[in-house]
Amino acid sequence: MVKIRLAEEEIQNLFMANLVRGTTHLAIGQEACAAGVALALSKGDTVTCTYRGHGHALALGMSLRSLMAEMMGKESGACKGRGGSMHMTDKSIGLLGANAIVGAQLPIAMGAALTAQVKRAGAIAVTFFGDGAANIGLFHESMNMASVWKLPLLFICENNLYGEYSHIRETTPIDDIADRAAAYAMPGLIVDGQDVEAVYAATESAARRARNGEGPTLLELKTYRYGGHSRADTGPYRKPGELAQWQERDPIDILTARMFADGELDQEEFLEIKDAMAQEVFDAVEWAKAEPFPSLQSLDDFVYASGRRPCLR
Amino acid sequence: MPTMTYRQAVTEAIATEMRKDDSIVFFGEDVAKAGGVFKVTPGIYEEFGPLRVRDTPISEQAIIGAALGAAITGLRPVAELMFADFIPVAMDQIVNQVAKYRFMSGGQFTVPLTIRASQGAGGGFGTQHSQCAESWLMNFPGLKVVAPSTPADMYGLLRAAIRDDDPVIVLEHKSLYNLVGEVDLNAAPEALGTAEVIRRGEDITLVATQQMLHRALEAADKLAEEGIKPEVIDLRTLVPLDGATILRSVQRTSRLIIVEEAPRLGGWGASVAALVADEGLFYLDAPIKRVNMENALIAYSPVLEDEIIPNAQKIEKAVRQLLS
Ligand SMILES: Cc1ncc(C[n+]2csc(CCOP(=O)(O)OP(=O)(O)O)c2C)c(N)n1
Ligand SMILES: [Mg+2]
Repeated sequence: MVKIRLAEEEIQNLFMANLVRGTTHLAIGQEACAAGVALALSKGDTVTCTYRGHGHALALGMSLRSLMAEMMGKESGACKGRGGSMHMTDKSIGLLGANAIVGAQLPIAMGAALTAQVKRAGAIAVTFFGDGAANIGLFHESMNMASVWKLPLLFICENNLYGEYSHIRETTPIDDIADRAAAYAMPGLIVDGQDVEAVYAATESAARRARNGEGPTLLELKTYRYGGHSRADTGPYRKPGELAQWQERDPIDILTARMFADGELDQEEFLEIKDAMAQEVFDAVEWAKAEPFPSLQSLDDFVYASGRRPCLR
Repeated sequence: MPTMTYRQAVTEAIATEMRKDDSIVFFGEDVAKAGGVFKVTPGIYEEFGPLRVRDTPISEQAIIGAALGAAITGLRPVAELMFADFIPVAMDQIVNQVAKYRFMSGGQFTVPLTIRASQGAGGGFGTQHSQCAESWLMNFPGLKVVAPSTPADMYGLLRAAIRDDDPVIVLEHKSLYNLVGEVDLNAAPEALGTAEVIRRGEDITLVATQQMLHRALEAADKLAEEGIKPEVIDLRTLVPLDGATILRSVQRTSRLIIVEEAPRLGGWGASVAALVADEGLFYLDAPIKRVNMENALIAYSPVLEDEIIPNAQKIEKAVRQLLS
């Protein structure tokens, strides 16, 4: 969680310095969702997520170098600079891809779950999406199909109360997305998304259920993004005091307070960990800055596996 | 060589490949137990069972998304969308996901996925069940688009599509399902992207696909009686587009007519015309002509539907005009 936060703070700096182009969507404040879910997964499991996905990638074990190079559009990025922030993909850790079309990642994870079922691999698939995505048709199509086929799939809704600049109350007639699970005959659980241990426990039991062939589960993680939706958005549409209220339940603070109290960690050790991670982030950024951009001769690469051009003459 | 219908060629192609490769799965609406709404896939479910062959809910986007997710994790799915007119329902998954997945991942994934759908006018299905979809899909690098015209090609090209490591959309023309032809079941599957000269000629080149190919051949028979010898090319795949075969033919005949079932504006014929204008202008002795459906919609009423689709007479007329 600390690594994710430090990395995302640095990504924002890089964006302001114009080293990261286009747009970024930070998940600062939501780190426990990514970390808790990732902790409960095993090798061979697969994940799709959203454009707000740096945290998911890092939680699954993506290398900071590979991530930072991709952020800067470098050839040594995970996607060789073709993807960028919104399409972060790392096959080696089971990250099938972040997606920039709201809700489009849900059926893709469902397909991965289908593969696991057909190959009887014992693996599961996970898809992360926002509260806003619960109003996209594909949410409903995917929940329905996954339930009919009893696929080993976890639907993880990170409900951060906003879809872009609109509060959930303005777009959705219910407060709890988990209620929608009933319509698709699967369990729907509300989880404290700021408490990484709660997220882990809920994911672990839903994953066990999926691996046992009992089908999909919808987990709704109640969470909050401290930053705006993207880029330079500061969130002027938020109620006064709302941010401060959520910051009192900061996921990193909740975990460290518990660990301090249990004697598992002390302040000094925590600062050491933090320093080491800050150094790691700094090194990755400096390394990525020095890496080359893709060559202009590679424009056609990765369009077709067969390498054929669409027009033969 | 056995003879079979275009419809049976679909079944044979899928079954043949599924026997060879356990990673092939097949799903779509009513394709399994019912064997498809056009009865194109009977027996597949019975032979390969419920794990690999599935009826889906009526969820076109989820069908394509699931096929994509399966394709990048080790299966080789064949997904059916029933009528090509339903392709737009799943358009995001096809054009933003399937087409781009390999590219966005920097080559980490390949997408060995086949999407089948039946298209075309002439059956009285009305305006939402009669369109040709190939031109909609050609502007998305990453996709391949196939439009077989004969049972042999359906068998060969569908097998090639299933074996291909890129996403391929195979459009079956529903007016051809009962067409009978010889099919070499032992033919080696080919790579996608070659057109075929179906009829040799020297006076003019006709380029067409599917229902229009058969009408162009009918016109060519008629014209031959008057001593006019058209060369007829079946494009077979729209992407990759085999420009070389077209250019070679036009170089010999000096005249080109493109026969296309779909509306003129934005159609694939415009791309073929532009290619020849770019690279073969000095081969030409006459302007390039296109015989198309007008920019109108397909009506239910038989007289209106018949009138709007190019037929052999319209093709003959265009040929005579160009040669006069
Ligand atoms: C299909 C589609 N519609 C709209 C958008 C623009 N858009 C990007 S993010 C977003 C909000 C999504 O909200 P939510 O699902 O709650 O996720 P969050 O950003 O809060 O993590 C919107 C509307 C998009 N990318 N894709
Ligand atoms: Mg949200």
